This record gives sequence, structure tokens and C-alpha cells, in this order.
Amino acid sequence: MLYIKCPHCGMRSQNEFSYGGDASVKRPELNKEISDQEWDNFVYNRKSLRGKHWELWQHLSGCRQWIKVQRDTATHEIFNTLKAEEEIN
Amino acid sequence: MQNYSIFSLIKNAFSNHEKWDLAWKDPSPKKEYDVVIIGGGGHGLATAYYLAKEHQITNVAIIEKGWIGGGNVGRNTTIIRSNYMHDDNGLFSEFGMDLWRRMSQDLNYNVMFSPRGIINLAHSDAQMNVYARRGNSMRLNGIDAVLLNREQVQEIIPMADFSENVRFPIFGGLMQPSAGTARHDAVAWGYARQADSMGVDIIQNCEVIGFDVSAGKITGVRTSRGDIKAKKIGLCVAGSTNILAEKLNMRLPIETHLLQACVSEPVKPVLDKVVTFGAGHFYISQSDKGEMVMGGDLDGYNSYAQRGNLPTLQHVLTEGIAMMPFLSKLKMLRTWGGIMDMSMDGSPIIDKTHIEGLYLNCGWCYGGFKATPASGWTFAHTIAQDKVHKLNAGYSLNRFNTGHLLDEKGLGTKTWIS
Repeated sequence: MLYIKCPHCGMRSQNEFSYGGDASVKRPELNKEISDQEWDNFVYNRKSLRGKHWELWQHLSGCRQWIKVQRDTATHEIFNTLKAEEEIN
Repeated sequence: MQNYSIFSLIKNAFSNHEKWDLAWKDPSPKKEYDVVIIGGGGHGLATAYYLAKEHQITNVAIIEKGWIGGGNVGRNTTIIRSNYMHDDNGLFSEFGMDLWRRMSQDLNYNVMFSPRGIINLAHSDAQMNVYARRGNSMRLNGIDAVLLNREQVQEIIPMADFSENVRFPIFGGLMQPSAGTARHDAVAWGYARQADSMGVDIIQNCEVIGFDVSAGKITGVRTSRGDIKAKKIGLCVAGSTNILAEKLNMRLPIETHLLQACVSEPVKPVLDKVVTFGAGHFYISQSDKGEMVMGGDLDGYNSYAQRGNLPTLQHVLTEGIAMMPFLSKLKMLRTWGGIMDMSMDGSPIIDKTHIEGLYLNCGWCYGGFKATPASGWTFAHTIAQDKVHKLNAGYSLNRFNTGHLLDEKGLGTKTWIS
């Protein structure tokens, strides 16, 4: 069982959250020439490495806010959580 | 190589079975090979076997970070099937079914292939329609499919919940009678033994550290046991694909996720089919030892852990009990997890890459085990001929760029819910 510290509600069990994937993926900016490769990187291609991983979770059975979580994909240790609008350093 | 037969069994009985040959050797890596296969799992071993058998390429090494049979080939639920709707998936898998049927004879190794049939349960009229469509598509591709109504399903699996007041009543199901199971370890050992006998070096405890690429061409691989030159390199590393892709500066439409499975304590024979729950994600069969072998959803977040998390196991087994209530009385014997290479459309990739001499085999999602022979056969062809076979033409890497996705389930790019 993971315990995730929601920046709005505090420490809650994994059962209250739903996963939203890699948080480092950025949608290409609009009103700009966008190559197929950029779209591919946004829609399909992922790093998905072993180790620290920034990812999106939604506190679905809580405050329903989307948050960013930095977790180790091998040990599941959680290092940091941010509100959705906060930038990853 | 020693042939396995009733006669060799009797002969070795006189020496207390202490004089059997080793099934495969434990060589040190040579300086150079024609082909290096990275990953000594089922797919890598099968690839080396078919390179030697079909293409007479025997100066081949398989390098494996761990040991043979320690990865997903020893961690799956042993289900073999070809019940796909799309032509590319159906024809590829059915080609594999033919290889499965002959495998024990081809490998001189009993892989205990048991074509007991698989039933996908349907729990609504809409689902029956979808299954009818898929069944028709299968039959057009020469794959056996039978649409069963509720009474027919009840006759075959009376232990499932056919009572009136259930949340997901069984409307019927789609059966592929020729599907089944096989002994997963034996598949790995059988391929390893035959590949070894034809001259393939199986090098265990050998981790890839990096690659040598010059002028857009692969020239070798750096490993924990020294540098190895190679004209061609094939990647067959399932859940570790992204780690090696990073070393090659490639980004792939793959995420690594954890899939759990479990077995109950052994019980007397009760279930002679593979059955899947249609209102969630749960599948079950009974092993020859009597254990109920079960699996279902991914853990739901990127993971390299190779061990499971209990909330998912609880969720999956809840589905199992909804389908077959008697399971609630069984104790769990073992649970385990393996890391899956989840592709963005749910279908695999067997293709060349932008680097000359580098070939990619990944994206097997939930269905890697059953694809072992067909994957090895087509990947060997792709490497040996430097071009894809028509059977794996649909499994191209650039389909994500061109839009020719093979979305069998149509679930989009959220690999963790597919």
C-alpha cells in the first residue's frame, strides 16, 4: 500500500487516488509549427525509467484535485508531492 | 546433445540420474558474434533458436542480466491463445499456435502444451455482440471460435456464479477451443537447450552497460563481462526496454508496469478451461498440480518492482470471487509480479530501428508468453534477412507516427488501465 501526501488533504492511502501517468510530458505549444516528432513525444513516447519519476495522481476519493508526485519506480518511495499548477524543479 | 526419451530415462536410472548432460553450457563471452540477442527470456531464447534452425546463423550470443527462466517467462500465467480480432494480431498468433502444437516434438522437451480451450465471459447483450464480431473475425482468419449462450457456458463451467441476483450475470461467452496452457519453465529450458546444442552461447549474469554505435550502425555492446563486438543486436528485454532505449538515446511508445499473478493451494480438478471475467480483468486456470492460477490488472502506476502491491491483488481476487464464489474458500499459496513492457496501443513491436543492425522486440503487454514462438520466429527472420516478415509487418515501430495503430481493445494511450 502506498501512502501519498496530498498537498491539499495530507497523508492518505493509495486507495483514494487514481493514477494519471508521466507528469513531465508537456503538450506542444499552440500557434507554433509542431513537428510530427513533437506530437509523437507528447502522445506516445515515454522515458519510463527505473528510479525517480514525476507522475500525476488524482485524489479521486478525496478533494478530487490533480497532484504531482515524485516516486521511485523500483522502491515506491515517495520523495515529494506538488499541487498540479506547481512547476517541477 | 543427449536425446530425451523413455530409453534415455531408463538408461540414466541405472546411474541414479547423476550422469545426465547439462541442458546448456555456461560459456564466457567471446570477443565477437554475428548476432547478439539481449535478454535470455522466452523471446530471446526462441529468437536464437530460430536464427540457428531457420537461418543457419549459429555464431550467436544471448546475454542475460539474471538467469535463464528468472524473468517474465517464469512469472506468467501460461495462457496460450490467438483470439484476436485484428488480422495482424490474429494471423501472427495463429502462426504461433501451430508452433505451440509442434513444440514438444521440435524441442525434444515436454512443454506440457494443454489445448484445453479459453472462454471469455460476456455479461451483457452488447458484450455478446462484440464477441460475436470478434469470433467472426477469428473464423475468417482460420482461428476456431465458438459463441456460447448462458446455458452452454453453464454446462462447461458450472462452478461459476449463475445465480439470479448477481451484479454481472453471465450472458454467454466466446470460446477458442484450441487455446490452452503450457509449462512456462519448460518452454525457456527447451529453447535454451536446443539453441545451446546448435552453437548459441547463453551468457548469464551479464548486464548491458552501453552500446557502441558508429556512423549510424551498431558495432557492439558493452557488458559487465566485457565488450562484445556484434554485427547485429536484437533487444528482447520486455520491461527493461526503456532502460536500454535510454542508453541508445531512443524514446519509445512503451511504459514499464507491474503485473501480478497468484496461485491458490492445490485442490482436486475442478476447472478444465481457461476462463476470463468479462466485466473486469481477471483470468483463471487450474494447473496440473491443482493450484488455481490467477491474474488480472496491472498495479496501476509505472513500476520496476517485480513484486506486487496488495490493493491490486485484493481488487483482482474480488473479481474472481464475483465470477466463481468457491474461490473465497481457497488459501493463497504464492503471489508474484513481473514488469511488463506496455505499449501505447496494446500491441507489440517487432521491427528494425533507425540504427543499422539494431532490432527491437518489445511491447508485449499482457500477452508475451503465448507469443514466445511466433515472436522468436519472426524476430529471427527480421534480424537474419534485415527485413520484417509479413507476419510482423503490422508490428512496426513507426505505426505510432503514421497512425496505423493496432488497438485491439481501443483503450488509448493510458497503458496502466488497458
